[in-house]
Amino acid sequence: MRSAKPHPPHRLGLLAGLLALAAAAPAQVDFPRDIEPVLHQRCYMCHGASVQMNGLRLDRKKEALEGGLAGPVIVPGNSAASRLVERIVSTKPGHRMPPSGAPLTPEQIAAIRAWIDAGAEWPETAVRATPSEEQRRMHWSFQPVRRPQVPPVKNPAWPRNAIDRFILARLEAEGVSPSPEADPVTLLRRLYLDLIGLPPAPEEVDAFLADQRPNAWRERVERLLRSPHYGERQALGWLDAARYADSDGYERDPQRPWAWRWRDWVIRALNEDMPFDRFTIEQLAGDLLPGATIEQRVATGFLRNGVKNREAGVHNDEKRFEEVVDRVNTVSTVWLGLTAGCAQCHNHKYDPISQKEYYQLYAVFNGAVERDVPAPLAGQIGPYQRALPAYRAERERILRDNGIPELFAAWKQKMLEAMEKPGVRTDWDFQLTEWRAAKDRSDWKLRSPESELTEYEREEVLEWFLANPGPDATEEQKQRVQAARKALQELKAKLPPLARAYTMIEQGEPVITRIALRGDWRSPGLEVRPGTPEVLPPLRLNGKPARLAFAEWLVSAENPLTARVQVNRIWQEFFGRGLVRTVDDFGTQGEKPSHPELLDWLAAEFVESGWSRKHIIRLIVDSATYRQASRWRPELAERDPDNRWLARQNRIRLPAELIRDQALAASGLLYPKIGGESVRPPQPEGVGELMYAQKPWVADEGPERYRRGLYIFFQRTAPYPMLINFDAPARLVAAVERRRSNTPLQALNLLNDQAFFEAAQALAARVAEEARNPEERLERIFRLCLGRKPTAFEAERIREFLEKQRALVARDAATQAKLAPFVPEGEERLELAAWTGLARALMNLDEFVTRE
Amino acid sequence: MDWHQFVGLHNRREFLRGVAGGFGLFALFDLLARDGLAAPGAGVNPLAPKAPHFAPKAKHVIYMFMEGGPSQYELFDPKPALERYDGESLPEELTRDLKLAFIKPTAKVMASRYKFRKYGQSGMELSELLPHLGSVADEITLIRSMHTDAFNHHPGQLLLFTGSIQFGRPTLGAWVMYGLGSESENLPGFVVLPSGKGTSGGTTNFSSGFLPSHYQGTILRAQGDPILYLSNPEGVSRDNQKLTLELVNDLNRLRQAETGDMEIASRIASYELAFRMQMEAPDLVDFSDESPETLEMYGFNSDNKHRREYARNCLLARRMVERGVRFVLMMDASWDDHTELNKKLPGRVHDIDQPTAALIKDLKQRGLLDETLVIWGGEFGRTPMVEIRNPRDASNAGRDHHPGAYSMWMAGGGIRGGYVHGETDELCLKVVKDPVHVHDLNATILHCLGFDHTRLTYRHMGRDFRLTDVHGNVIEALLA
Repeated sequence: MRSAKPHPPHRLGLLAGLLALAAAAPAQVDFPRDIEPVLHQRCYMCHGASVQMNGLRLDRKKEALEGGLAGPVIVPGNSAASRLVERIVSTKPGHRMPPSGAPLTPEQIAAIRAWIDAGAEWPETAVRATPSEEQRRMHWSFQPVRRPQVPPVKNPAWPRNAIDRFILARLEAEGVSPSPEADPVTLLRRLYLDLIGLPPAPEEVDAFLADQRPNAWRERVERLLRSPHYGERQALGWLDAARYADSDGYERDPQRPWAWRWRDWVIRALNEDMPFDRFTIEQLAGDLLPGATIEQRVATGFLRNGVKNREAGVHNDEKRFEEVVDRVNTVSTVWLGLTAGCAQCHNHKYDPISQKEYYQLYAVFNGAVERDVPAPLAGQIGPYQRALPAYRAERERILRDNGIPELFAAWKQKMLEAMEKPGVRTDWDFQLTEWRAAKDRSDWKLRSPESELTEYEREEVLEWFLANPGPDATEEQKQRVQAARKALQELKAKLPPLARAYTMIEQGEPVITRIALRGDWRSPGLEVRPGTPEVLPPLRLNGKPARLAFAEWLVSAENPLTARVQVNRIWQEFFGRGLVRTVDDFGTQGEKPSHPELLDWLAAEFVESGWSRKHIIRLIVDSATYRQASRWRPELAERDPDNRWLARQNRIRLPAELIRDQALAASGLLYPKIGGESVRPPQPEGVGELMYAQKPWVADEGPERYRRGLYIFFQRTAPYPMLINFDAPARLVAAVERRRSNTPLQALNLLNDQAFFEAAQALAARVAEEARNPEERLERIFRLCLGRKPTAFEAERIREFLEKQRALVARDAATQAKLAPFVPEGEERLELAAWTGLARALMNLDEFVTRE
Repeated sequence: MDWHQFVGLHNRREFLRGVAGGFGLFALFDLLARDGLAAPGAGVNPLAPKAPHFAPKAKHVIYMFMEGGPSQYELFDPKPALERYDGESLPEELTRDLKLAFIKPTAKVMASRYKFRKYGQSGMELSELLPHLGSVADEITLIRSMHTDAFNHHPGQLLLFTGSIQFGRPTLGAWVMYGLGSESENLPGFVVLPSGKGTSGGTTNFSSGFLPSHYQGTILRAQGDPILYLSNPEGVSRDNQKLTLELVNDLNRLRQAETGDMEIASRIASYELAFRMQMEAPDLVDFSDESPETLEMYGFNSDNKHRREYARNCLLARRMVERGVRFVLMMDASWDDHTELNKKLPGRVHDIDQPTAALIKDLKQRGLLDETLVIWGGEFGRTPMVEIRNPRDASNAGRDHHPGAYSMWMAGGGIRGGYVHGETDELCLKVVKDPVHVHDLNATILHCLGFDHTRLTYRHMGRDFRLTDVHGNVIEALLA
């Protein structure tokens, strides 16, 4: 970018320089050196190959000299008459080009002037095939995956499988030896936390320590892979990626009572080890599979998890545009590891996705519309069907008795009038606006004859009317509506439940997709058809709907990204970081893999195993690399400070949900039910009030409040505080990596949150019941929390602590009662109170919240 | 490391705490790193104070965010022409480009009922509803030429605070924390003070987005614990808590010696800060050391709940600035006057007018105003046309959302006093002179804090992001 000419030292000099330049330019200004880089950097974005704002294209000689829709912009030999110059020197905002960023520098302007004055010489070969285009095409992650040779190693005794040979080869090249294997207790706890997210019971640890059989480890691995809790643990990462939540996310943040139906699908799919290609196709296009089952439709809930704006007055086209953009960006990050988002507005600066290509991806998803469907769980249909005739009859009676049909018809008439003639009755305009904002396909539902609506949709409209009878209703009518509403609610509550699901379907008529210029949905540009970025294999429709063809393309053998991106994320879960550390960016700005051959070997293994996640996990947890101790190695502090060579394991702070799970599991409070509706454990008053809608958070009573963290109701504008304190993502956009921070709010959370205090009290009581003498109890409580036994020094320090605890509350019965509400028979409350203190301390240890 | 070594380090640590106060532990990391006992860079306090790009005017920010969009017609921008059009529809060419949420372009114009008066030496014209703000008119810059792109609340708030209508970007407060760090050793550096009802933006108005979560805002709550989980569980005394923390930290230190992981040192530090917070935060919200005159000045003795809340938040803002808190975000909701504007707005303005002016005066008399940037305003303004949801009730009238032109004001740290910036057309439909986009506002805020807004960046997903995206110009005219 730097001009070859020396910069004049001061303003006068600059002026003199400009004059001199204008006079003597021909010999000095060189198009490829001085002009093209400027055009490239500042103009092509809007006047280049994929976008030609105002019809102007500046990256090709012929078009550039012809000019745009408003005529030529370059007059060779006369810079003063060239509108290009007029616009770049303008100081008027909105007129000056380029419109964003700093203006061109005086040097750049002078060079352009001089170049035009000298005749706008434009050598045919001048425009580069964009500097890095070739480089981008050659970028490592866009090359096909080829299974590399497993490298030879000097120490054949260490490797347990191929993974280790890749790791060891690198370590040997660096002259570093791997770490010894972690002790068996640490290993077993590591395996439990990584596979099912729950700690091993002390008895399981004992059994493992006593098991001398050569397959002792593998047997534990298989057992955990078969555990129904496996799917819960593994789902966490996918819920983040899929931006799963139980509410819409905007403004009043309406709740999504059936979102969990998709979450259940994920847990089950992971437990069944559904091949990742099917896992992909069903979630992106399950509705388009021949004879799609209910479960395959439920899977498309992936596309429904995005935020949704139901603020009144949101333009429907704008809302739809934002939603499709969210789907494109999510899919791009989650499957391809590419940040497509920038190309929404302009050609991607670094990555090979042009704006046109972005809207080709947009076109893939543009034909899909949202559809809520019944999605009964096993055993629900029979009772529901049997109850239905009586329900319908009773419903009709309630409506008739209250004279609702007439009122409803009149209401609908008014709504339709407001739709046809807005501005006449502002109060009805408002009614209509609210309805439109709240419901999908709102106009259609009012306009269509009742017979075209499903029963559910008919009820939806009627229920809305009953809640909002409109400004013309008299007091007497309002009372009738209210009575009917109440009676219907009671009636419905008695109807056996029938789960529903949020799904996608393809809309009938073909949709035309146009590039949104500058990313603005109001500025449609060229028409585009479904397609994939040029550096990646082409999309072949073969007569299939584009969304289905695209999902198949993602998991096709030629796609170089999907398998690499997935195995990298699996690796991240077991080592704390990916082999490519920028798990969300496999593009040219991302980091290169630390072990490129290993990444490709795993990707090939993933595909050839039939896209089996469990297969990859087996390989990982069986490797010597995974089984190393995590102890820090001072001798490598300078050479490999971030442990990229993996000469040891990493200590990993547990994700928020698992921290909760540890406390529940250790204390014995955990209610281990799998799946189902989201739950609301108690949270401090005032948290929900922060949100606009101020929906009360009615805490679950009974065992539901002790469910695992992943089931906690996720209200986007006011999430459960503990999740956010421990770095759970906000679930607004796709997140494929969790941060692991250490903050004082976390300390306060673990120390003082009622949920953790209750766990500490329960743990103290549990230990008192399960072990008799103080020594056994100490060992028991330590093992329940950390898996291992205390060292002699730790035990000594803890005894001293217990002594002080007893002294502190010895004569204070009231405090003892608060600290120890549960006292097993034959136990002293004072003793329990002291042990509650110890339980609390142990649950606050770094080790407790860390996978070692 | 054996036990002997460990005890040695432990003693050294105590020594360092003595000389270096609360951040002694971080100094210890440096020493450990130099001795080869810790990974370099590990345990570095991410919130340690940092220098900006150039000498800043402001060190603290108090952002009074009026959620929902206060009406500029009733408060800041006198438009006599409204009376001329009162009750009539505007010609189509004037309304063609308007983005309206609820009303139709044919809605009738509604004049403001309130007179404007000249205040202060500068003669700044403000509504008669704002006499107290008028008394500090010479301290503030009123911007009448604000404009934004979003006409719905949540996108508007995202744009105002993150520079993008898309989710996931860091908010202004988080950027400031990232750039400047915290000067408070006992309190969070970025504190949120809600009043009124909840906001559309909720936590997204103070989230750290893709920045590390150290930088997100912490809510100081009006009910229950001022900071979530601040007080000990029932039955746990201060002494008990101290005993517990000592055990936790000792066992953590042993674990650190065992594993060599410096993240544990960082966790120990976070427990120490948590304990100091438990000691300090109750003092923060205990106003017994304030004089009766001060409480009177802020309007504490009101029987109106909203006013008391707001006054409390204003006083808390000052007390936090005194204690080194970097960024205070007050969020007052809701100013979304679609209905009953004349019934509700005057009371709400009355609630906040006196405490707001008191805060400015109090900061000034304590010499804090020069280093504290105060910002007041909402995510957009309101329409000249009336919104009527109930035609049978005349008092029901309100105004719709209007992003094209509205008012905000700023004061203190680096901002001119007694100055009115920008002009709108005779109906305040559009800005006609010196427009200030929300990106420009953010660029200017960062400038006051010593940042070139184009250089305060963070790399995420392969791109350097900044608060102002690819936009924003510092508005020099606003600067003192």
